Amino acid sequence: MKRSEFLYLSGLGAGAFMLPGLSLMGKSIDPAQALDVVDVRIKKALADVALNAARSKGASYADIRIGRYLNQFVSTRENRVLGVTNTESYGVGIRVIADGCWGFASSNNVEKEDIAKLAERAVAVAKANAKIQGEPVKLAPQKGYGEVSWKSPIERNAFEVPVKEKVELLLSTNAIAMQGGASFVNSVILAVNEQKYFASTDGSYIDQDIHRIYPNFTVTKIDRSTGKFDTIRSLSTPMGMGYEYLDPKESSKVRGIVTRYKDRYDILEDIKSATVKVDEKMKAKSVEPGKYDMVLDPSHLWLTIHESVGHPTELDRVLGYEANFAGTSFLSLERMNSKKFNFGNKLVNVVADKTQKGSLGAVGYDDEGVACKKWDIVKDGILVNFQATRDQAHMIGLNESQGCSYAQSWQDVQFQRMPNISLLPGKEKLSVDDLIKNVEKGIYIIGDGSFSIDQQRYNFQFGGQMFYEIKEGKIVGMLKDVAYQSNTQEFWNACGAICDESDYRLGGAFNDGKGQPSQSNAVSHGCSTTRFNGVNVINTARKI
Amino acid sequence: MGILSKEEAQAILKKALSFSKADECEVSLSGSQGGNIRYARNAVSTAGDMSSMGLAISSTFGKKTGSATINEFDDASLEKVVRRSEELAQLAPANPEYVTLEGPKTFAESITFNPATAAITPDIRAEAVRKSLEVAKAAKLEAAGFLENTTSFSAIMNSKGLFAYNKDTDVSFSVTTRNQAGTGSGYVSNSFNDISKLDTLALTKIAAGKANGSAGARAIEPGKYTVILEPLAASDMLSNLVRSFDARGAEEGRSFMSKKGGGARLGEQLFNEQVNIYSDPFNPDLPGATWNGDGLPIERTSWVEKGVVKNLSYSRFWAQKKGVKPIPGAGRIIMEGGSASLEDLIKSTEKGILVTRFWYIRSVDPQTLLQTGLTRDGTFYIENGKIMFPIKNFRFNESPIIMLNNVEALGKPERNGNMIVPPMKIRDFTFSSLSDAV
Repeated sequence: MKRSEFLYLSGLGAGAFMLPGLSLMGKSIDPAQALDVVDVRIKKALADVALNAARSKGASYADIRIGRYLNQFVSTRENRVLGVTNTESYGVGIRVIADGCWGFASSNNVEKEDIAKLAERAVAVAKANAKIQGEPVKLAPQKGYGEVSWKSPIERNAFEVPVKEKVELLLSTNAIAMQGGASFVNSVILAVNEQKYFASTDGSYIDQDIHRIYPNFTVTKIDRSTGKFDTIRSLSTPMGMGYEYLDPKESSKVRGIVTRYKDRYDILEDIKSATVKVDEKMKAKSVEPGKYDMVLDPSHLWLTIHESVGHPTELDRVLGYEANFAGTSFLSLERMNSKKFNFGNKLVNVVADKTQKGSLGAVGYDDEGVACKKWDIVKDGILVNFQATRDQAHMIGLNESQGCSYAQSWQDVQFQRMPNISLLPGKEKLSVDDLIKNVEKGIYIIGDGSFSIDQQRYNFQFGGQMFYEIKEGKIVGMLKDVAYQSNTQEFWNACGAICDESDYRLGGAFNDGKGQPSQSNAVSHGCSTTRFNGVNVINTARKI
Repeated sequence: MGILSKEEAQAILKKALSFSKADECEVSLSGSQGGNIRYARNAVSTAGDMSSMGLAISSTFGKKTGSATINEFDDASLEKVVRRSEELAQLAPANPEYVTLEGPKTFAESITFNPATAAITPDIRAEAVRKSLEVAKAAKLEAAGFLENTTSFSAIMNSKGLFAYNKDTDVSFSVTTRNQAGTGSGYVSNSFNDISKLDTLALTKIAAGKANGSAGARAIEPGKYTVILEPLAASDMLSNLVRSFDARGAEEGRSFMSKKGGGARLGEQLFNEQVNIYSDPFNPDLPGATWNGDGLPIERTSWVEKGVVKNLSYSRFWAQKKGVKPIPGAGRIIMEGGSASLEDLIKSTEKGILVTRFWYIRSVDPQTLLQTGLTRDGTFYIENGKIMFPIKNFRFNESPIIMLNNVEALGKPERNGNMIVPPMKIRDFTFSSLSDAV
């Protein structure tokens, strides 16, 4: 099967929860077992076995990741629980350089003897491929950190919250939708915990405990007489947080035509609103195609940033390493080195940041033992940098890695993945209301929808959840069948205004796909509401 | 642990079940081993060797189910995991959609295992990639590709006496070749059960031909065109359609298969008469397991006959509720075609566009299955039965339902990924904008 970009999570739907078979994400375990941790002394001893075995077989460099990956899915529809599944995946991945070539091997057998053999296998893979290797791998220098640790700054571990509490919250959410006249509702809480241990021949022994959460729902309304249906999804986003994300806080609510959320989410308020809005959406006017000024809420714009800024600035795409799958990039080393390439206009400033609190990409160290950092990607509209790993740093004249290495599990080899890539808020004070006041003919989009972009990231098309028509500075009603098409450079040069930091929010995804075999990466994108002038809008309604 | 034989798997499953005290219990065991090479810029970028195995158990009291898993297989560990699943079942909320387990059945022996594919080593992979690189270097192109082989087994057993086992092999290869200037790109991909059918040299030559042939593309106006879709492009368009062949979604009113006033559009003529789609685990080019995780047999199933929808999948719960036989989903599908070659389809076209493949297809409207995406790696303009010149890539907005109504002709089917589909000639295919991407 071909899988591309965002991986389908449909395999983890209702049916999958009821099966005893192994899910995509790992094996299932009971909730209590998820609270066990593997002693760091045991992991260090195992790591030393691997590193010594790899060196004795001829590796010039080796690293090992001992990973325990936990997921919990609580899934409901209407008044019933479809599944409560805890999964655990525990194993080890060893990566080496031998004869100038990478080799990798992984296994779920985490005994000393197995680990030594696994290291030998990784070296054998490297040596087999060295025969067809071009340039030898060149790693940017990296000092060893010794024994260090890092933990997501969470307030409440989602795995310690009783399943009963989660089930009750989701069923209460569903009840509000059904009482409000919804035809169907599905709701889910996904919790993730990555317990990762990394060690390398550079002398690092890094223990990390990373937490993420994603509560969400879809409310569906059906009109049997016409055979039409429509849906609205929650305005929550996956976060690098604990269960505290689900504790509502008034100061985290952004009031407006629809309430949106910062670092705390009110699922009960959001479902009430979505149930009303899905009715309005069904009755909304079908959009007239043409040029509109687009006002894009962060719950929508994060995805446009992800696809049109995040992916083309990945160095592996720029260099051609992704040519056979996700594609290459319209950006080049020449364009970056010239420091003259107008990615956007002067309003556009984009940063890469793996340290941002609450974001999905925040960790202490990446998966090749590099401490995380923050750097500019686009400065005053000019492209200034990319996203690189240790073996790529020298290709853009850097003496150290930018810390962008990640593997979705112990089973997969680490490679360059996107850090959080965010649009900085406007420097001048500007509210959403004031921004809309200046729009003559526009569309205000809240929530992300359909998305598609070409393999070099020029031409894109995005849909959304809720579309509001703006006429002469005022919101006049809801629209439907809206999608906009543009070209990345034209779009970012048509940026008209960016709201100030009081409107800044994160959006993100657990399942950004890249690589072969394809791997998922969790990444956030921050921004404030932004206006883009004169964007082409199409009507997506069809008769079949 | 790697790959267990039927007898080895059966012994572990039997042992685990012997500890069960639940009303119903089912155990599954699966494992895989394999390896891959990824290359880019005419050199290896990453490569690996992977293996894993695990056992999962579900215990049910009434309609309360608990699941647990383990990757140790001694008696004490097996008993521990059974007890844990039973404790969890007692704590779980009752699931109103729980259906009692399937009883014993005899499943046909599958044809999914190939010993030569199972015997692939890192050196065999390296040699296959060397041949591909040789073609690219000789043609002065840059190659990026991926070769992966997997051998896996899975087995299930339950307290009602059901047992099933399957062993599977697969090797897949894809390569993109691009010219130095970045103005031409070609692609080829295929998957095989049997390694002897994989010829990385011949496949890379096809990609190289596309790369050179697509250089210097001209822009033509977007709009409605007759298209010739190569089998790869045709299979890209059909993936979402196949996922929608489900009775529950249709009968609940939230699928393109939902009928006005309620019910499913089963038995309706939804597509052109030339459209016939089925699945068959015994197709030698696309063999599949003969049972699924629910313990249901997977048999030859007809989905569309002469454009009429003949079957929709029914989960065990939905089948019981509706009083019909459960039907596993349309996983690996085969669409029938004719005997015409791709060249024949081109020859018969007065004015049209040849599409090698599509990219980044996403659903735009589930109501009509409208989807958007782009052409990639070789798009050509056809006039008077001949390829005239390469053209720039397009974004399309089109529904596979409309597309399968506009079928002019179908060619000889070929496997791509997990589908066998013919090249297709389709009229009035909607391209909505141009892309600068190569």
